[in-house]
Amino acid sequence: MDVLHAVVELLKRTATDLPADVEFALRESLHREREPLAVSTLKVTLENIRLARHEGRPICQDTGVPIFFVTAARGTSYEGMVSVLSEAVRIATRELPLRANAVDPVTGINTGDGVGDGIPVVYFTEWQQDYHIIDLLLKGGGSENIGASYKLPDAALAAERDLEGVRRVVLDAVNRAQGRGCPPYIVSVAIAGTKDDAAVLAKRQLLRKLSDHSPNDALAAFEADILDEINSLSIGPAGLSGRTTALAVKAAAHARHPATYFVDVAFGCWAHRRRRIRLRGGEAVYE
Amino acid sequence: MSSPVMLRTPLAAAAVRALRAGQEVLLTGTVFTARDRAHRYLAERPDEDGFPFDLSGGVIYHCGPIMRKSVAAWEAVSAGPTTSNRMEMYEARVITRYGVASILGKGGMGAETAKALSDTGAVYLAAAPGAGPLVAKRIVSVEDVWKLDEFGEPEAIWKLAVENFPAIVAMDSHGGNVYTAVETRSAKRLQELLARTRAHQ
Repeated sequence: MDVLHAVVELLKRTATDLPADVEFALRESLHREREPLAVSTLKVTLENIRLARHEGRPICQDTGVPIFFVTAARGTSYEGMVSVLSEAVRIATRELPLRANAVDPVTGINTGDGVGDGIPVVYFTEWQQDYHIIDLLLKGGGSENIGASYKLPDAALAAERDLEGVRRVVLDAVNRAQGRGCPPYIVSVAIAGTKDDAAVLAKRQLLRKLSDHSPNDALAAFEADILDEINSLSIGPAGLSGRTTALAVKAAAHARHPATYFVDVAFGCWAHRRRRIRLRGGEAVYE
Repeated sequence: MSSPVMLRTPLAAAAVRALRAGQEVLLTGTVFTARDRAHRYLAERPDEDGFPFDLSGGVIYHCGPIMRKSVAAWEAVSAGPTTSNRMEMYEARVITRYGVASILGKGGMGAETAKALSDTGAVYLAAAPGAGPLVAKRIVSVEDVWKLDEFGEPEAIWKLAVENFPAIVAMDSHGGNVYTAVETRSAKRLQELLARTRAHQ
Protein backbone atom coordinates (compact mmCIF):
# COMPACT_ATOMS: atom_id res chain seq x y z
CA MET A 1 0.00 0.00 0.00
CA ASP A 2 1.39 3.46 -0.85
CA VAL A 3 1.49 6.29 1.66
CA LEU A 4 -1.47 8.09 0.09
CA HIS A 5 -3.89 5.20 0.40
CA ALA A 6 -2.58 4.22 3.81
CA VAL A 7 -3.26 7.75 5.10
CA VAL A 8 -6.76 7.84 3.55
CA GLU A 9 -7.44 4.64 5.49
CA LEU A 10 -5.90 6.20 8.61
CA LEU A 11 -8.25 9.20 8.30
CA LYS A 12 -11.27 6.95 7.88
CA ARG A 13 -10.42 4.72 10.84
CA THR A 14 -9.65 7.68 13.06
CA ALA A 15 -12.94 9.42 12.23
CA THR A 16 -15.17 6.38 12.66
CA ASP A 17 -13.52 4.08 15.21
CA LEU A 18 -12.73 5.46 18.67
CA PRO A 19 -9.49 4.10 20.25
CA ALA A 20 -10.13 1.13 22.55
CA ASP A 21 -8.61 2.78 25.63
CA VAL A 22 -10.91 5.82 25.31
CA GLU A 23 -14.01 3.68 24.87
CA PHE A 24 -12.95 1.52 27.81
CA ALA A 25 -12.49 4.60 30.02
CA LEU A 26 -15.97 5.87 29.07
CA ARG A 27 -17.46 2.47 29.89
CA GLU A 28 -15.68 2.48 33.27
CA SER A 29 -16.96 5.98 34.02
CA LEU A 30 -20.53 4.79 33.47
CA HIS A 31 -20.11 2.52 36.51
CA ARG A 32 -19.11 5.48 38.67
CA GLU A 33 -22.00 7.76 37.75
CA ARG A 34 -25.18 7.93 39.81
CA GLU A 35 -27.10 10.93 38.47
CA PRO A 36 -29.70 10.08 35.79
CA LEU A 37 -28.54 12.70 33.23
CA ALA A 38 -24.90 11.60 33.55
CA VAL A 39 -25.88 7.95 33.11
CA SER A 40 -28.15 8.61 30.13
CA THR A 41 -25.56 10.89 28.46
CA LEU A 42 -22.83 8.24 28.75
CA LYS A 43 -25.16 5.51 27.49
CA VAL A 44 -26.02 7.57 24.41
CA THR A 45 -22.30 8.26 23.91
CA LEU A 46 -21.40 4.57 24.02
CA GLU A 47 -24.27 3.64 21.72
CA ASN A 48 -23.12 6.35 19.29
CA ILE A 49 -19.55 4.98 19.33
CA ARG A 50 -20.84 1.50 18.53
CA LEU A 51 -23.07 2.79 15.74
CA ALA A 52 -20.28 4.86 14.15
CA ARG A 53 -17.94 1.86 14.07
CA HIS A 54 -20.63 -0.50 12.81
CA GLU A 55 -21.79 1.79 10.00
CA GLY A 56 -18.47 3.42 9.18
CA ARG A 57 -19.85 6.91 9.89
CA PRO A 58 -17.88 9.71 11.58
CA ILE A 59 -18.35 9.46 15.37
CA CYS A 60 -18.92 13.23 15.47
CA GLN A 61 -20.06 15.42 12.58
CA ASP A 62 -17.16 17.73 13.42
CA THR A 63 -14.33 15.68 11.98
CA GLY A 64 -12.05 18.48 13.07
CA VAL A 65 -8.76 19.80 11.81
CA PRO A 66 -6.47 16.92 10.82
CA ILE A 67 -3.20 17.32 12.74
CA PHE A 68 -0.41 15.02 11.55
CA PHE A 69 2.74 14.32 13.58
CA VAL A 70 5.09 12.73 11.07
CA THR A 71 8.31 10.92 11.93
CA ALA A 72 9.59 10.35 8.42
CA ALA A 73 12.00 7.75 7.11
CA ARG A 74 15.44 9.17 6.37
CA GLY A 75 15.63 11.12 3.15
CA THR A 76 11.89 11.85 2.96
CA SER A 77 10.97 15.16 1.36
CA TYR A 78 8.91 17.46 3.61
CA GLU A 79 7.21 19.03 0.61
CA GLY A 80 6.31 15.66 -0.83
CA MET A 81 4.89 14.44 2.47
CA VAL A 82 2.68 17.53 2.95
CA SER A 83 1.37 17.16 -0.57
CA VAL A 84 0.48 13.47 -0.01
CA LEU A 85 -1.20 14.21 3.34
CA SER A 86 -3.23 17.04 1.79
CA GLU A 87 -4.34 14.82 -1.07
CA ALA A 88 -5.34 12.12 1.44
CA VAL A 89 -7.53 14.68 3.26
CA ARG A 90 -9.16 15.66 -0.05
CA ILE A 91 -9.94 12.03 -0.86
CA ALA A 92 -11.31 11.26 2.62
CA THR A 93 -13.44 14.43 2.50
CA ARG A 94 -14.96 13.24 -0.77
CA GLU A 95 -15.32 9.57 0.11
CA LEU A 96 -15.97 9.04 3.81
CA PRO A 97 -17.06 11.83 3.96
CA LEU A 98 -15.13 13.97 6.41
CA ARG A 99 -16.75 17.38 6.85
CA ALA A 100 -15.12 20.08 4.73
CA ASN A 101 -13.66 22.15 7.56
CA ALA A 102 -11.26 24.60 5.88
CA VAL A 103 -12.65 28.14 5.64
CA ASP A 104 -10.76 31.15 4.28
CA PRO A 105 -11.06 33.67 7.12
CA VAL A 106 -10.66 36.67 4.81
CA THR A 107 -13.22 35.79 2.12
CA GLY A 108 -15.39 33.53 4.30
CA ILE A 109 -15.37 30.88 1.59
CA ASN A 110 -15.23 27.20 2.55
CA THR A 111 -12.69 25.53 0.25
CA GLY A 112 -15.04 22.54 0.06
CA ASP A 113 -12.30 19.89 -0.02
CA GLY A 114 -11.06 20.01 3.58
CA VAL A 115 -7.71 21.56 2.62
CA GLY A 116 -6.61 25.19 3.02
CA ASP A 117 -3.55 27.25 3.89
CA GLY A 118 -2.23 25.58 7.07
CA ILE A 119 -4.79 22.74 6.94
CA PRO A 120 -3.99 19.92 7.43
CA VAL A 121 -1.55 20.84 10.18
CA VAL A 122 1.71 18.90 9.72
CA TYR A 123 4.53 18.59 12.28
CA PHE A 124 7.42 16.92 10.51
CA THR A 125 10.60 15.34 11.78
CA GLU A 126 12.93 12.98 10.01
CA TRP A 127 14.84 10.15 11.65
CA GLN A 128 17.48 7.59 10.73
CA GLN A 129 15.09 4.64 10.40
CA ASP A 130 13.79 3.41 7.05
CA TYR A 131 10.09 3.65 7.95
CA HIS A 132 7.50 6.34 8.75
CA ILE A 133 5.43 6.74 11.90
CA ILE A 134 2.42 8.98 11.35
CA ASP A 135 0.26 10.04 14.28
CA LEU A 136 -3.07 11.64 13.49
CA LEU A 137 -5.30 13.74 15.71
CA LEU A 138 -8.71 14.82 14.41
CA LYS A 139 -9.28 17.82 16.62
CA GLY A 140 -12.81 19.21 16.78
CA GLY A 141 -13.58 22.92 17.10
CA GLY A 142 -15.52 22.61 20.36
CA SER A 143 -12.60 21.22 22.36
CA GLU A 144 -10.15 23.54 20.60
CA ASN A 145 -12.16 26.63 21.57
CA ILE A 146 -11.93 25.89 25.29
CA GLY A 147 -8.14 25.54 25.20
CA ALA A 148 -6.35 28.16 27.31
CA SER A 149 -2.93 29.77 27.50
CA TYR A 150 -1.45 31.29 30.67
CA LYS A 151 1.67 33.28 31.49
CA LEU A 152 2.99 32.75 34.99
CA PRO A 153 2.99 34.42 37.39
CA ASP A 154 -0.76 35.05 37.24
CA ALA A 155 -1.67 37.39 40.09
CA ALA A 156 -5.45 36.87 39.87
CA LEU A 157 -5.04 33.13 40.45
CA ALA A 158 -2.06 33.52 42.82
CA ALA A 159 -0.26 31.20 40.42
CA GLU A 160 3.53 31.35 40.79
CA ARG A 161 6.22 29.75 38.69
CA ASP A 162 6.07 26.20 39.98
CA LEU A 163 3.84 23.14 39.70
CA GLU A 164 1.50 24.59 42.31
CA GLY A 165 1.03 27.57 39.99
CA VAL A 166 0.39 25.22 37.07
CA ARG A 167 -2.16 23.33 39.15
CA ARG A 168 -4.04 26.56 39.83
CA VAL A 169 -4.31 27.62 36.18
CA VAL A 170 -5.33 24.13 35.02
CA LEU A 171 -8.19 24.03 37.54
CA ASP A 172 -9.20 27.51 36.38
CA ALA A 173 -9.16 26.41 32.71
CA VAL A 174 -11.40 23.41 33.41
CA ASN A 175 -13.82 25.49 35.47
CA ARG A 176 -14.05 28.03 32.65
CA ALA A 177 -14.57 25.29 30.06
CA GLN A 178 -17.55 23.77 31.89
CA GLY A 179 -19.42 21.47 29.48
CA ARG A 180 -18.79 23.48 26.32
CA GLY A 181 -16.11 21.21 24.82
CA CYS A 182 -17.87 17.84 25.25
CA PRO A 183 -16.63 16.30 28.51
CA PRO A 184 -15.44 13.87 29.79
CA TYR A 185 -12.20 15.53 28.65
CA ILE A 186 -8.62 14.48 28.18
CA VAL A 187 -6.76 17.43 29.70
CA SER A 188 -3.28 18.16 28.42
CA VAL A 189 -0.88 20.55 30.13
CA ALA A 190 2.45 21.80 28.83
CA ILE A 191 5.02 24.20 30.26
CA ALA A 192 7.51 25.87 27.93
CA GLY A 193 9.48 29.01 27.26
CA THR A 194 7.56 30.19 24.20
CA LYS A 195 3.84 30.35 23.50
CA ASP A 196 4.06 28.22 20.35
CA ASP A 197 6.25 25.53 21.90
CA ALA A 198 3.85 25.18 24.85
CA ALA A 199 0.89 24.87 22.47
CA VAL A 200 2.49 22.18 20.30
CA LEU A 201 3.82 20.26 23.29
CA ALA A 202 0.34 20.21 24.80
CA LYS A 203 -1.15 18.95 21.52
CA ARG A 204 1.47 16.23 21.35
CA GLN A 205 0.52 14.92 24.81
CA LEU A 206 -2.96 14.21 23.44
CA LEU A 207 -1.40 11.34 21.46
CA ARG A 208 -0.51 9.46 24.64
CA LYS A 209 -2.42 6.41 25.85
CA LEU A 210 -4.83 7.27 28.66
CA SER A 211 -3.16 4.81 31.03
CA ASP A 212 0.46 5.94 30.63
CA HIS A 213 2.34 8.25 33.01
CA SER A 214 4.85 11.00 32.47
CA PRO A 215 8.42 9.62 32.73
CA ASN A 216 9.14 12.56 35.04
CA ASP A 217 8.12 11.51 38.59
CA ALA A 218 6.97 14.97 39.65
CA LEU A 219 4.83 15.37 36.53
CA ALA A 220 3.45 11.83 36.90
CA ALA A 221 2.32 12.67 40.44
CA PHE A 222 0.89 15.96 39.16
CA GLU A 223 -1.17 14.11 36.51
CA ALA A 224 -2.69 11.71 39.04
CA ASP A 225 -3.43 14.29 41.74
CA ILE A 226 -5.02 16.89 39.54
CA LEU A 227 -7.27 14.35 37.80
CA ASP A 228 -9.06 13.76 41.11
CA GLU A 229 -9.29 17.47 41.76
CA ILE A 230 -10.75 18.14 38.31
CA ASN A 231 -13.36 15.44 38.83
CA SER A 232 -14.28 16.96 42.18
CA LEU A 233 -15.58 20.00 40.24
CA SER A 234 -18.53 17.72 39.28
CA ILE A 235 -19.07 19.27 35.85
CA GLY A 236 -19.76 15.80 34.49
CA PRO A 237 -20.58 14.31 31.08
CA ALA A 238 -21.95 17.00 28.72
CA GLY A 239 -21.60 19.49 31.59
CA LEU A 240 -24.88 18.24 33.06
CA SER A 241 -23.29 17.28 36.42
CA GLY A 242 -21.57 14.05 37.39
CA ARG A 243 -18.41 12.46 38.69
CA THR A 244 -16.54 12.22 35.40
CA THR A 245 -15.30 15.56 34.06
CA ALA A 246 -11.97 14.20 32.78
CA LEU A 247 -10.76 10.73 31.84
CA ALA A 248 -7.06 11.55 32.09
CA VAL A 249 -4.53 14.35 32.51
CA LYS A 250 -1.28 14.45 30.53
CA ALA A 251 1.55 16.80 31.47
CA ALA A 252 4.90 17.67 29.92
CA ALA A 253 7.57 20.35 30.28
CA HIS A 254 10.24 21.92 28.10
CA ALA A 255 13.00 24.25 29.21
CA ARG A 256 11.96 27.88 29.52
CA HIS A 257 13.61 31.27 29.29
CA PRO A 258 14.36 32.91 32.69
CA ALA A 259 11.80 35.60 31.89
CA THR A 260 9.01 33.33 30.62
CA TYR A 261 6.78 30.56 31.95
CA PHE A 262 4.02 29.64 29.50
CA VAL A 263 1.40 27.06 30.39
CA ASP A 264 -0.84 25.74 27.65
CA VAL A 265 -3.94 23.74 28.49
CA ALA A 266 -5.37 21.72 25.59
CA PHE A 267 -8.53 19.66 25.75
CA GLY A 268 -9.57 16.49 23.98
CA CYS A 269 -13.33 15.85 23.88
CA TRP A 270 -14.78 12.40 24.74
CA ALA A 271 -14.62 11.63 21.00
CA HIS A 272 -10.84 11.61 21.28
CA ARG A 273 -9.83 10.61 17.78
CA ARG A 274 -6.16 9.74 17.60
CA ARG A 275 -4.45 6.91 15.78
CA ARG A 276 -0.97 5.87 14.68
CA ILE A 277 0.28 4.12 11.58
CA ARG A 278 3.70 2.61 10.84
CA LEU A 279 4.63 2.47 7.19
CA ARG A 280 7.51 0.44 5.87
CA GLY A 281 7.80 -0.20 2.15
CA GLY A 282 4.37 -1.35 1.05
CA GLU A 283 3.28 -2.47 4.51
CA ALA A 284 1.02 -0.44 6.80
CA VAL A 285 0.43 -1.32 10.44
CA TYR A 286 -2.41 0.54 12.22
CA GLU A 287 -2.22 0.89 16.00
CA MET B 1 -37.04 8.84 35.74
CA SER B 2 -40.38 9.74 34.13
CA SER B 3 -40.92 8.96 30.46
CA PRO B 4 -39.92 11.57 27.87
CA VAL B 5 -42.32 14.34 26.82
CA MET B 6 -43.37 13.98 23.18
CA LEU B 7 -43.08 17.23 21.21
CA ARG B 8 -44.30 17.89 17.67
CA THR B 9 -43.60 20.96 15.51
CA PRO B 10 -44.90 23.58 15.14
CA LEU B 11 -44.69 23.68 18.91
CA ALA B 12 -47.80 24.89 20.73
CA ALA B 13 -47.08 27.82 23.06
CA ALA B 14 -48.76 26.15 26.04
CA ALA B 15 -46.80 22.91 25.56
CA VAL B 16 -43.51 24.82 25.53
CA ARG B 17 -44.43 26.88 28.61
CA ALA B 18 -45.20 23.64 30.43
CA LEU B 19 -41.66 22.27 29.94
CA ARG B 20 -39.31 22.30 32.91
CA ALA B 21 -35.52 22.10 33.05
CA GLY B 22 -34.31 18.52 33.51
CA GLN B 23 -37.14 16.84 31.58
CA GLU B 24 -36.31 14.53 28.71
CA VAL B 25 -38.11 15.07 25.40
CA LEU B 26 -38.52 13.35 22.03
CA LEU B 27 -38.96 15.80 19.19
CA THR B 28 -40.81 15.03 15.95
CA GLY B 29 -41.35 17.36 13.00
CA THR B 30 -39.15 19.99 11.37
CA VAL B 31 -35.88 21.52 12.60
CA PHE B 32 -33.73 24.13 10.86
CA THR B 33 -29.98 23.97 11.28
CA ALA B 34 -28.23 27.28 11.91
CA ARG B 35 -24.77 27.82 13.37
CA ASP B 36 -22.30 30.70 13.45
CA ARG B 37 -22.69 32.29 10.04
CA ALA B 38 -26.39 31.50 9.68
CA HIS B 39 -27.08 33.23 13.00
CA ARG B 40 -25.43 36.41 11.92
CA TYR B 41 -27.42 36.20 8.69
CA LEU B 42 -30.73 35.55 10.46
CA ALA B 43 -30.16 38.43 12.86
CA GLU B 44 -29.05 40.96 10.23
CA ARG B 45 -30.68 40.05 6.90
CA PRO B 46 -33.14 42.45 5.21
CA ASP B 47 -36.80 41.43 5.23
CA GLU B 48 -37.07 40.96 1.46
CA ASP B 49 -34.18 38.72 0.52
CA GLY B 50 -36.27 35.66 -0.33
CA PHE B 51 -35.56 33.68 2.87
CA PRO B 52 -37.94 30.76 2.31
CA PHE B 53 -38.61 29.33 5.77
CA ASP B 54 -41.22 30.14 8.41
CA LEU B 55 -39.48 29.73 11.78
CA SER B 56 -42.50 30.71 13.87
CA GLY B 57 -43.13 28.03 16.50
CA GLY B 58 -40.13 26.30 14.99
CA VAL B 59 -36.91 24.74 16.21
CA ILE B 60 -33.42 26.07 15.41
CA TYR B 61 -30.75 23.38 15.67
CA HIS B 62 -27.13 24.39 16.34
CA CYS B 63 -25.57 21.88 13.99
CA GLY B 64 -23.07 21.71 11.15
CA PRO B 65 -23.92 18.36 9.64
CA ILE B 66 -22.03 16.07 7.31
CA MET B 67 -24.34 15.59 4.32
CA ARG B 68 -24.10 13.26 1.35
CA LYS B 69 -25.91 13.76 -1.92
CA SER B 70 -27.15 10.67 -3.68
CA VAL B 71 -28.94 10.76 -7.03
CA ALA B 72 -32.32 11.23 -5.41
CA ALA B 73 -31.73 13.37 -2.35
CA TRP B 74 -29.48 14.63 0.41
CA GLU B 75 -28.83 12.39 3.37
CA ALA B 76 -27.47 13.29 6.82
CA VAL B 77 -24.41 11.16 7.58
CA SER B 78 -23.45 12.61 10.97
CA ALA B 79 -25.35 15.47 12.56
CA GLY B 80 -24.87 16.03 16.30
CA PRO B 81 -25.10 19.44 18.01
CA THR B 82 -22.41 22.12 18.02
CA THR B 83 -21.49 24.34 20.99
CA SER B 84 -24.29 26.88 21.46
CA ASN B 85 -22.62 29.72 23.32
CA ARG B 86 -20.94 31.02 20.14
CA MET B 87 -24.41 32.05 18.99
CA GLU B 88 -25.13 34.03 22.17
CA MET B 89 -24.61 37.46 20.60
CA TYR B 90 -27.35 36.78 18.00
CA GLU B 91 -29.79 34.36 19.62
CA ALA B 92 -32.08 36.73 21.51
CA ARG B 93 -32.58 38.77 18.31
CA VAL B 94 -33.26 35.61 16.29
CA ILE B 95 -35.75 34.19 18.80
CA THR B 96 -37.66 37.48 18.97
CA ARG B 97 -37.60 38.32 15.27
CA TYR B 98 -38.84 34.94 14.05
CA GLY B 99 -40.92 33.69 16.99
CA VAL B 100 -38.72 30.62 17.42
CA ALA B 101 -40.16 28.21 20.02
CA SER B 102 -37.05 26.19 20.75
CA ILE B 103 -33.30 26.24 20.38
CA LEU B 104 -31.58 22.86 20.20
CA GLY B 105 -27.84 22.62 20.82
CA LYS B 106 -25.29 21.72 23.44
CA GLY B 107 -23.52 23.31 26.39
CA GLY B 108 -26.14 25.95 27.21
CA MET B 109 -26.39 29.68 26.55
CA GLY B 110 -26.03 32.99 28.35
CA ALA B 111 -28.17 35.57 30.11
CA GLU B 112 -29.53 37.34 27.03
CA THR B 113 -30.85 34.12 25.56
CA ALA B 114 -32.29 33.09 28.93
CA LYS B 115 -34.17 36.40 29.06
CA ALA B 116 -35.48 35.94 25.51
CA LEU B 117 -36.71 32.46 26.45
CA SER B 118 -38.62 33.89 29.43
CA ASP B 119 -39.98 36.86 27.45
CA THR B 120 -41.27 34.81 24.53
CA GLY B 121 -42.03 31.46 26.21
CA ALA B 122 -39.37 29.45 24.42
CA VAL B 123 -36.98 26.72 25.61
CA TYR B 124 -33.40 25.59 25.08
CA LEU B 125 -32.99 21.87 24.50
CA ALA B 126 -29.66 20.03 24.84
CA ALA B 127 -28.88 17.15 22.49
CA ALA B 128 -26.23 14.53 23.21
CA PRO B 129 -22.85 16.11 22.37
CA GLY B 130 -20.95 14.51 19.55
CA ALA B 131 -23.62 11.92 18.91
CA GLY B 132 -23.32 12.35 15.13
CA PRO B 133 -24.48 9.01 13.71
CA LEU B 134 -27.06 8.44 16.43
CA VAL B 135 -28.76 11.75 15.73
CA ALA B 136 -28.45 11.30 11.96
CA LYS B 137 -30.62 8.18 12.33
CA ARG B 138 -33.42 10.36 13.70
CA ILE B 139 -33.32 12.60 10.64
CA VAL B 140 -35.81 10.95 8.32
CA SER B 141 -35.42 13.34 5.41
CA VAL B 142 -33.57 16.42 4.23
CA GLU B 143 -36.30 18.67 2.85
CA ASP B 144 -34.58 21.85 1.73
CA VAL B 145 -31.48 23.98 2.08
CA TRP B 146 -30.76 27.72 1.95
CA LYS B 147 -27.43 29.47 1.24
CA LEU B 148 -25.66 26.21 0.46
CA ASP B 149 -23.23 27.67 -2.08
CA GLU B 150 -22.56 30.86 -0.16
CA PHE B 151 -22.15 29.41 3.36
CA GLY B 152 -20.93 25.89 2.52
CA GLU B 153 -22.33 22.58 3.74
CA PRO B 154 -21.63 22.85 7.49
CA GLU B 155 -22.98 26.41 7.75
CA ALA B 156 -25.98 26.36 5.40
CA ILE B 157 -29.53 26.37 6.78
CA TRP B 158 -30.88 22.85 6.32
CA LYS B 159 -34.56 22.03 6.74
CA LEU B 160 -34.69 18.57 8.29
CA ALA B 161 -37.57 16.25 9.15
CA VAL B 162 -36.84 14.45 12.43
CA GLU B 163 -38.57 11.67 14.33
CA ASN B 164 -38.18 11.05 18.05
CA PHE B 165 -35.07 13.20 18.32
CA PRO B 166 -33.87 12.81 21.95
CA ALA B 167 -32.99 15.90 24.01
CA ILE B 168 -33.09 17.35 27.50
CA VAL B 169 -34.82 20.57 28.53
CA ALA B 170 -31.74 22.45 29.73
CA MET B 171 -33.17 26.00 29.97
CA ASP B 172 -36.91 26.54 30.37
CA SER B 173 -39.08 29.66 30.04
CA HIS B 174 -39.34 30.17 33.81
CA GLY B 175 -35.66 30.68 34.54
CA GLY B 176 -34.95 26.99 35.14
CA ASN B 177 -31.45 26.10 33.94
CA VAL B 178 -29.63 22.80 34.49
CA TYR B 179 -26.22 24.38 33.83
CA THR B 180 -26.52 27.10 36.50
CA ALA B 181 -26.39 24.68 39.40
CA VAL B 182 -23.42 22.87 37.87
CA GLU B 183 -21.52 26.13 37.31
CA THR B 184 -22.24 27.46 40.79
CA ARG B 185 -21.09 24.27 42.47
CA SER B 186 -17.99 24.01 40.27
CA ALA B 187 -17.00 27.64 40.98
CA LYS B 188 -17.42 27.07 44.71
CA ARG B 189 -15.34 23.91 44.59
CA LEU B 190 -12.65 25.75 42.61
CA GLN B 191 -12.36 28.33 45.39
CA GLU B 192 -11.99 25.54 47.95
CA LEU B 193 -9.25 23.92 45.88
CA LEU B 194 -7.43 27.24 45.39
CA ALA B 195 -7.65 28.03 49.09
CA ARG B 196 -5.23 25.23 49.76
CA THR B 197 -1.94 24.47 48.12
CA ARG B 198 -0.49 21.14 47.35
CA ALA B 199 3.13 20.07 47.66
CA HIS B 200 4.15 18.19 44.54
CA GLN B 201 7.72 17.24 45.32
